[in-house]
Amino acid sequence: MLLNHMEYIEGMENIGSEIQDKVISEMNSYNPDNYTEQDVINAIESDVCTVEDYKALLSPSAEKFLEEIAQKARMEKQKHFGNSVYMFTPLYISNYCENLCVYCGFNCKNNITRAKLNSEEIEREMKAISKSGLQEILLLTGESRKFSNVEYIGEACKIASKYFRTVGLEIYPVNSDEYSYLHKCGADFVTVFQETYNSDKYAELHLGGHKRIFPYRINAQERALMGGMRGVGFAALLGLDDFRKDAFAVGMHASLIQKKYPHAEIAISCPRLRPIKNNENINPRDVHEKQLLQIICAYRIFLPYSNITISTRENAKFRDNIVDISATKISAGVDVGIGGHSDQNKKGDEQFEISDARNVKEVYNALVEKGLQPVMSDYIYV
Amino acid sequence: MDKNNDNLIIGGHEFKSRFILGSGKYSLELIKSAIENAGAEIITLALRRANNGGEANILDYIPEGITLLPNTSGARNADEAVRIARLSRELGCGDFVKVEVIRDSKYLLPDNYETVKATEILAKEGFIVMPYMYPDLNTARDLVGAGASAVMPLASPIGSNKGLSTKEFIKILIDEIDLPVIVDAGIGRPSQACEVMEMGAAAVMANTAIATAGDIPLMAESFKNAIEAGRMAYLSGLGRVKETGASASSPLTGFLGE
Repeated sequence: MLLNHMEYIEGMENIGSEIQDKVISEMNSYNPDNYTEQDVINAIESDVCTVEDYKALLSPSAEKFLEEIAQKARMEKQKHFGNSVYMFTPLYISNYCENLCVYCGFNCKNNITRAKLNSEEIEREMKAISKSGLQEILLLTGESRKFSNVEYIGEACKIASKYFRTVGLEIYPVNSDEYSYLHKCGADFVTVFQETYNSDKYAELHLGGHKRIFPYRINAQERALMGGMRGVGFAALLGLDDFRKDAFAVGMHASLIQKKYPHAEIAISCPRLRPIKNNENINPRDVHEKQLLQIICAYRIFLPYSNITISTRENAKFRDNIVDISATKISAGVDVGIGGHSDQNKKGDEQFEISDARNVKEVYNALVEKGLQPVMSDYIYV
Repeated sequence: MDKNNDNLIIGGHEFKSRFILGSGKYSLELIKSAIENAGAEIITLALRRANNGGEANILDYIPEGITLLPNTSGARNADEAVRIARLSRELGCGDFVKVEVIRDSKYLLPDNYETVKATEILAKEGFIVMPYMYPDLNTARDLVGAGASAVMPLASPIGSNKGLSTKEFIKILIDEIDLPVIVDAGIGRPSQACEVMEMGAAAVMANTAIATAGDIPLMAESFKNAIEAGRMAYLSGLGRVKETGASASSPLTGFLGE
């Protein structure tokens, strides 16, 4: 029998936050079809983007004004970030997973080569990455407390701190005391994808494992901040459900967290569904590049101060253009499998198929050619 | 005031230029020409941007002879600001430090209370401390007491290009504080820089307005000229022009006989 996805299970910290209810009720009351072209024009002309303006910017009516929205997003981006674009790379250290998420290459029933890196292998990978000039790393694991426990991730953070200025985490959600431990090990940023904010759809897609528990995941960012992390990242995996409502919830969630924790640095990712090993048919459905651009611009206008990351789920052309308009952070030299950065043989399979295989130098040069300034470091661990 | 020897003095160091240039938000290759066109002698840089070697290291792009003013951006409290300032000194960035303590990621408004605390610690350690602050007179007095070498009140929120939203409060600081009052943040155009200099500010610090211009070196030069014009207007006695307009032709006091 499936677990009740709305009930915490033993060992999961319940912080009793009000943010989940606020996000979900705002999202449920949002009907994207209710917004007119005039609402969109008002949102574009408004000095401050209200929640209603944000809803209008994400509505179907706004598609007609995509150029104007992109212009406004670019202006906001320049005010806050100028022409800076931050560079980083993800490092997958383990692909063992106990979850059953039907769209993910790492899911526990998918027949892939599983692996995890030991300390020496992690160090070798990091050395290889740091030679490329990158100073920011994002550590990722599949979601398995058994194969990649918090101590294992903590060790990886400690090694990462030797080679990189900035260490971020994209791991399974943990309790606030565990986030605190990982912070002490050198990590300062935590990203958790909620995938979809529609809890019914969430239950259909996440059939097993700890990830099935919706409220534990949605409150992860707050626990990370309680644990002393500097910044938190948010995302919906676009294409799983109604993308306009999911994108709206992402912005709402981030904005409420920032209001409650004003010092927190906010980051947004904008992943679309990608094909995976053993299932080439997975695609982002109705989220085409046009819709993706609309969403990323709406994020920028509603949360002008936030970092927005564009991953290799998108192709080079889209990425190079979106960092000029709205996104501020780009990955490079990406390998989403296990052990592919150093010259050792790759040990484990990929989470999804990437669309931009360029190395760090190639992405760096492409940014410079567009008049953008690649930034390797914008952070001090204090 | 010696109009022929009108130097800006901060912590015993003299500067001819009254334009402090920021180095963020634009291409590193443009820093040199922006400095030259601005005639700037002081440039700020975020220490968190300074790499220890490697690609895109901002320190490699700053010409010799320019005074570095490292800032403590990223600090959320006094303790973090102090640690970043010490790191800056270790990295060889000198004794100047612009204290920035911000614990609001949305508006980036400075925390005056923590700023005073950090200033006091760093001044005692021999830093030349230039605190970024919300223009509050009591805080400015506390900063003087804490050993600051200048105060840097904001004109508007960082990066907003909204101009002199805090004009009246900056005027009070200029009147009451004997340290250089350097207007920082929010200045969106050269005319606004000129206005604060006319008011008697000691210098202007700008970044976003230049970084977001179509021609960065040209805008840097435009700011330079505006700041110089404003300073000359101030030195020439602009303050004697009555803000309410011309004097009445029949003076109210004309009845006095003795």
